[in-house]
Amino acid sequence: MAQAAIELIGINKSFGAVRANRDINLEIARGTIHGIVGENGAGKSTLMSILYGFYQADSGEIRVGGKPASIKSPNDAIALGIGMVHQHFMLVDNFTVLENVILGAESDALLKKSIAKARSELERLEREYGLEVDPDAIIEELPVGLQQRVEILKALYRGAEILILDEPTGVLTPAEADHLFRILRQLKEQGKTIVLITHKLREIMAITDTVSVMRQGTMVATRQTTKTTVGELAELMVGRRVLLRVEKGEAEAGGVKLAVKNLTVKDSRGVTMVDDVSFDVRAGEIVGIAGVAGNGQSEMLEAISGIRRAVSGSVMLDGRPIDLTGAADPGELRDRGLAHVPEDRHHVGLVLAFEENENSILGYHDDPRYLKGPFLDIDAIRDDARDKISKYDIRPADCRLKTANFSGGNQQKIVLAREMEQDPGVLIVGQPTRGVDVGAIEFIHKRLIAMRDQGKAVLVVSVELDEIRSLSDRILVMFAGRIVGERGPEASEGELGLLMAGVEHREAAE
Amino acid sequence: MSTPYAKLPAWADYGLIPVINLAVAFVVAGLVVLLVGENPFRAAAVLVEGAFGRGQGIAFTLFYATTFIFSGLSVAVAAHCGLFNIGGEGQGYIAGLGIGIVCLAFDSVLPWWLTFPLAIIAAAAMGALWALIPAYLQARRGSHIVITTIMFNFIAASVMVYALVGFLKPANSMAPQTRTFLDGAQLPKLNWVIELFGAKIRSAPFNISFLLALAMAFLVWVLIWRTRLGYEMRTYGHSAKAARYAGISETRIIIVAMMISGALAGMMALNPTMGDQHNVALEFVSGAGFVGIAVALMGRLHPVGIVLAAILFGMLYQGGAELAFEMPAISRDMIVIIQGLVILFAGALEHMFRPYVQALFASLSPRSVGIEAIKGKGA
Repeated sequence: MAQAAIELIGINKSFGAVRANRDINLEIARGTIHGIVGENGAGKSTLMSILYGFYQADSGEIRVGGKPASIKSPNDAIALGIGMVHQHFMLVDNFTVLENVILGAESDALLKKSIAKARSELERLEREYGLEVDPDAIIEELPVGLQQRVEILKALYRGAEILILDEPTGVLTPAEADHLFRILRQLKEQGKTIVLITHKLREIMAITDTVSVMRQGTMVATRQTTKTTVGELAELMVGRRVLLRVEKGEAEAGGVKLAVKNLTVKDSRGVTMVDDVSFDVRAGEIVGIAGVAGNGQSEMLEAISGIRRAVSGSVMLDGRPIDLTGAADPGELRDRGLAHVPEDRHHVGLVLAFEENENSILGYHDDPRYLKGPFLDIDAIRDDARDKISKYDIRPADCRLKTANFSGGNQQKIVLAREMEQDPGVLIVGQPTRGVDVGAIEFIHKRLIAMRDQGKAVLVVSVELDEIRSLSDRILVMFAGRIVGERGPEASEGELGLLMAGVEHREAAE
Repeated sequence: MSTPYAKLPAWADYGLIPVINLAVAFVVAGLVVLLVGENPFRAAAVLVEGAFGRGQGIAFTLFYATTFIFSGLSVAVAAHCGLFNIGGEGQGYIAGLGIGIVCLAFDSVLPWWLTFPLAIIAAAAMGALWALIPAYLQARRGSHIVITTIMFNFIAASVMVYALVGFLKPANSMAPQTRTFLDGAQLPKLNWVIELFGAKIRSAPFNISFLLALAMAFLVWVLIWRTRLGYEMRTYGHSAKAARYAGISETRIIIVAMMISGALAGMMALNPTMGDQHNVALEFVSGAGFVGIAVALMGRLHPVGIVLAAILFGMLYQGGAELAFEMPAISRDMIVIIQGLVILFAGALEHMFRPYVQALFASLSPRSVGIEAIKGKGA
């Protein structure tokens, strides 16, 4: 085995009573791609934050290149040649690529000199690693894949020998992800060490040399990637066998419940986000909308659920139109049997500062079941919340706990429980399992299929292609605000991937 | 990535941290006193003695506290709805117009217990009205409520000058104030309650509007935590998007919350006018509306905390006046400095000591702190 680039020895980190990292030992070999997988809350981010100097370990030792290192801040990490590419890019949108790269690492008091110096260095890096980006392009005008390249360049510019990538493919199309992997392989060949944090096991299999699995703050296993399987890794992550694909029978589609016709939505700047979209969702089927994030899916969901104004088109719920002027009352739509699990549970679907039971009535707080005149019927609300907690196995089972203190999966269950228990005729779900751990994904998928089997119309929007393929009876692919294709659940990933990247669409337009 | 703060037990959150903040504020204030060459311990003793030492002091402390409870509640109600109502001063001032008209009209014909409810309604209505316009502008036009409420403070001041040198003033008087209210508009004193405990009071303006303030504190608690309206206000206050999703009308909730806030601010005018001076004079609010911001922050936007914080500020007002009298080196402005320090540490820097207290708790008893920590994104 090659010499270790990083050794973590006996790392412990507690936040209060919670031991986020327990006796972690990890050795990352120089010049390899090392994957770290684990459920949410398994401690991956904490461990990497310790390595990058955001937190200090309570005990344990970090060795970089064989020498004990004290990393007290990201600056120390950078000095030791450790760079990090964050899940959410840390870029200034209205700066150029070059300005972003030198930000915080300016070599001179005068910007002009720094930029001149940086330009030649940047060009060298771009050549060396095949990371072509126009240094003078403005960040917000670049596609996401290129923005990520800028993040990588930033790290390399600061002399990173070890690159940590946190969930790097979440925002990329399959094609962009492939390109990223090519870049990572090239970096590896140049002798860089890469640590890849992800929950997508297929990526681990595709690119890493070694993979370490974390569960509940401990490092449960490290494997040679060639000597393991997706099934084994999933089992190690969860601690039990997991169904990666939920079993489901044939759909028995009934009448049209939700009919979207020529829907067009613009954002606040007047840019068309949803462009003349039409489709139906029938009772007893799940329609999946696939697409890379930012192709109009969010705006479409908001328009259908009455939160966002539509420019033109119509949406019929059970044959009656939904007001698309922006004046629609989401409460009235709920009464008509439209339930909505929004994509952004942190800011839309939940109020994180509320107690769990307060969130379990959000949107249904006008329901007389929860009221005594103008007053909230606290007992009824809490009983109802406890009921949902046991039915949906929400943990911890405490309806007085602040919602922010639940894990992502349990927060999502709170929203799902609230919306599904209203027994809606139509359920629209945005990103049903974003940031949700593997065990909860299985649960949520089963529930969605159960809804379908009860004859409900279910519309699912997800950027996870696996999820769309596993859940949907029909798949619609959205690109640049338009539906560019409809496929059955048997469609191959490659085929859908091309549609998501707009390839066929562009050809058809020419 | 959010800073991993562990949760604290409620008593530490609501009790210990404010006490630490307050202690630090007094230590720094003590240094200032030292700087002007006085003994800070003696100054502290004079201040506390002045506020609580004799029945007279207690009565004055509670009199000041009454006004601050109203203004603190006013700020808190708006804050729970995510709105910063900085216009309590103007809303309280303009309420004096309503009180003045009601009292001048009825003090000769009605007993106080009939005038008082009418004056409460008039004060609340004027305050609510004065908050309505900024609220409407915020809800419909997006004009920032902080800016508009500040501007409305100035407009209120001008309107009151106009009224007090005009139609509210008795014809032959040179003073810009109403005539003295007759018995029918003078609120009964509560000094006898303090005297029950054996204290002696010469004369102090402590009156029954204190009871109204306590009742309002209770009603605000009910409103915020036990009614559907309060639920909607809190939802909007935490997340406008979640409120939209839940079908809560933004326009309606902003206007309703601000009018309630304005009504509470308006009620603070009852105490100095009907309870103390028995007239409506220029500048009678004298900054109490702004003190309400500090009171609300210090009280953590909770009515119980607000009542306690209001009493603390009442103590600073009353004790501060004694201090300026007893120790000439400590001027009135020094008292303002001390009050400012309390606001600084209790309000603006309220989270300064939190991480240390949390670290302390975590090391003392690992079980007492919560599980907030590891739920970092994508952990």
